[in-house]
Amino acid sequence: MESILKLEGVSRSFKKGRVNIPVLQNVDLSVTPLEFLCLVGESGCGKTTTGKILSGLLKPSSGRVLFEGQDVSKLRGEAYRRYRRSVQIIHQDPYASLNPSQTIYRILSYPLFRHNLVRNTAQARERVAELLTRVDLTPAGDIIDKYPHQLSGGQRQRVSIARALTTNPSVIIADEAVSMVDVSIRIGLLNMLMDMRTSLNVTIVFITHDLALAKYFAWDGRIAVMYLGRIVEIGHTPDVIGEPQHPYTRVLLSAIPEADPEKTRSKQHIALRSEDIPRLTELPPGCAFHPRCPWFIEGVCDVEVPRLELVPNAASDAEVACIPLTRGEPLTLYTP
Amino acid sequence: MNDVILQVENLSIVYKSPRGEVKATTNVSLQLRRGETLALIGESGSGKTTLSLSFIRMLPNSAKITQGKILYTRDGVTRDVLQLSDKDIRRFRWSDCAMVFQGAQNAFNPVLRVRQQFADTAIAHGQTDREWIKKRTLELFKLVRLDPERVFEAYPHELSGGMRQRTLLALGVLLDPQIVILDEPTTALDILTQRAIIDVLKEMQKRLNFSIIFISHDLALAAEMADRVATMYAGEIVEQGTVDDIFYRPLHPYTLGLIRSVPKLKREQDELMSIPGEPPNLIKPPSGCKFHPRCQFATEKCKVDPPMLVEYEPGHSAACWHTDKVVEARAAFAAQDKV
Repeated sequence: MESILKLEGVSRSFKKGRVNIPVLQNVDLSVTPLEFLCLVGESGCGKTTTGKILSGLLKPSSGRVLFEGQDVSKLRGEAYRRYRRSVQIIHQDPYASLNPSQTIYRILSYPLFRHNLVRNTAQARERVAELLTRVDLTPAGDIIDKYPHQLSGGQRQRVSIARALTTNPSVIIADEAVSMVDVSIRIGLLNMLMDMRTSLNVTIVFITHDLALAKYFAWDGRIAVMYLGRIVEIGHTPDVIGEPQHPYTRVLLSAIPEADPEKTRSKQHIALRSEDIPRLTELPPGCAFHPRCPWFIEGVCDVEVPRLELVPNAASDAEVACIPLTRGEPLTLYTP
Repeated sequence: MNDVILQVENLSIVYKSPRGEVKATTNVSLQLRRGETLALIGESGSGKTTLSLSFIRMLPNSAKITQGKILYTRDGVTRDVLQLSDKDIRRFRWSDCAMVFQGAQNAFNPVLRVRQQFADTAIAHGQTDREWIKKRTLELFKLVRLDPERVFEAYPHELSGGMRQRTLLALGVLLDPQIVILDEPTTALDILTQRAIIDVLKEMQKRLNFSIIFISHDLALAAEMADRVATMYAGEIVEQGTVDDIFYRPLHPYTLGLIRSVPKLKREQDELMSIPGEPPNLIKPPSGCKFHPRCQFATEKCKVDPPMLVEYEPGHSAACWHTDKVVEARAAFAAQDKV
């Protein structure tokens, strides 16, 4: 199927003083319409930067972003505005992402006026009330004239979701959208997001550091695992979770505690060769995971940068960036 | 090994606020035994942090303890922490009960070397032998798998987040306390760093034999770390039991809801449920059972009559009028999981 959003060889670096920090390197990613796609990784892996580039909040340093097949850097006028309307983002922290000095009505009506989606206040109020009802903030009349500080964390995150819906987007990037809310209401919010796919025809790209949550969200879709600015494994969720291929994915899954006492106590943890995460400014040559990888091969992993490829004869159809694996070699533990 | 070192009896704490009294902790009783790990789980605002701050009398000025006792036992002597003199409480903190706060990033003074901060801490709590402090510090660094010489002379900014967290754990047990309170010890840490901290913590506990009270909203972490778990809701303990009791045989609807709302990593999709509604307002908490507005089993009785914590099996208690319905729901879920 044709992709709705696509990254082609996207890199992005940030300047800090005289140092250049390569946050994303050569990322290829394609989002197909109405799929559940989840980006997972630890802090600093580039997942938020990827989300911001997808939604147009950041421009890539090199590489292209395609929206419905067209390079967004070449879009002008109404075509560009349509792209920006169509791709919306939900930020992580509902305490920081809503302007504290504006009412919920102001926050939600601003994009409506900005994009000429309503003509007058009466229409705007009606549409805002509709959006609030849509995200289960009912009765909308009680919420509409409140300020963010009068709402709880869960309610604020619902407002953020409503704001993402104001422009009738076709893609929503949900960046850790439920991480800051309490456990008991997290699943409710997530289910609401998942329902929007069918009820509103929105494709949702979910960004999280929580693999179990990623699994629940993208069970019928795909997971992309990121490490230090690159995608290291991408495939169908049941494969990535059940038959992890890339050493990093394996280590990660083995390290996570689980909400099942017997299971978590008997879990075998794969030991890393080093616990330190390399700095982005001093990335190791070759595969960025090689200094920590238990299956490191000298002269291979520290020389060549691996590309995303299928693993021959694997129980998984995931693409993996690991040279020994994609060559079809068995992994053997490194002994110095 | 069943000796109780901390016994909390009917503790209630309120905060004064312009809008009224916030009932942060109501009528809490619990026990902590030597060498065990007790997890306090619950959502933000459920009173976990308030409760644990009261154990070391570090509550802010706006808080008032309205009733209760905190009995602490060491070497056969039992004292009420709330009655200790200012001098005694200073000795009690750190050498009897230490607390490691959330956010290791900010726990150290950025302009002092790590060794200075260890020395200051020890001296402030009555240990003045500098040779002893140095020896102990280096030993502890080795135990938490840090390079002792390097970290000893380092400034906090020279350490990574995971290293700082481990340094903080070492600082926590510097004076060999019997109880270590950990407030969200691994939030804001990466998965692999978190794993390293969990392993270090388990090893430390095995070697030094202290008890841990740990506060978390992360159920997976509680499942791995805890011997016993207490679920808190709206300032009350609503269920208490062994970690297996809580995860496999919950008796309170809120505990059941929490456990059913966390996805697992097995290779099949989870059937999750979410708890409807919002956490309660603690200035005007709901009448009767505070969970009743969100509870699927609530009846008229629940709206009027607050349930007491009742022991249903040895060591496993819950505060709910309808535990039988929770047991039924549990069985239904178990059947569903098998299909």
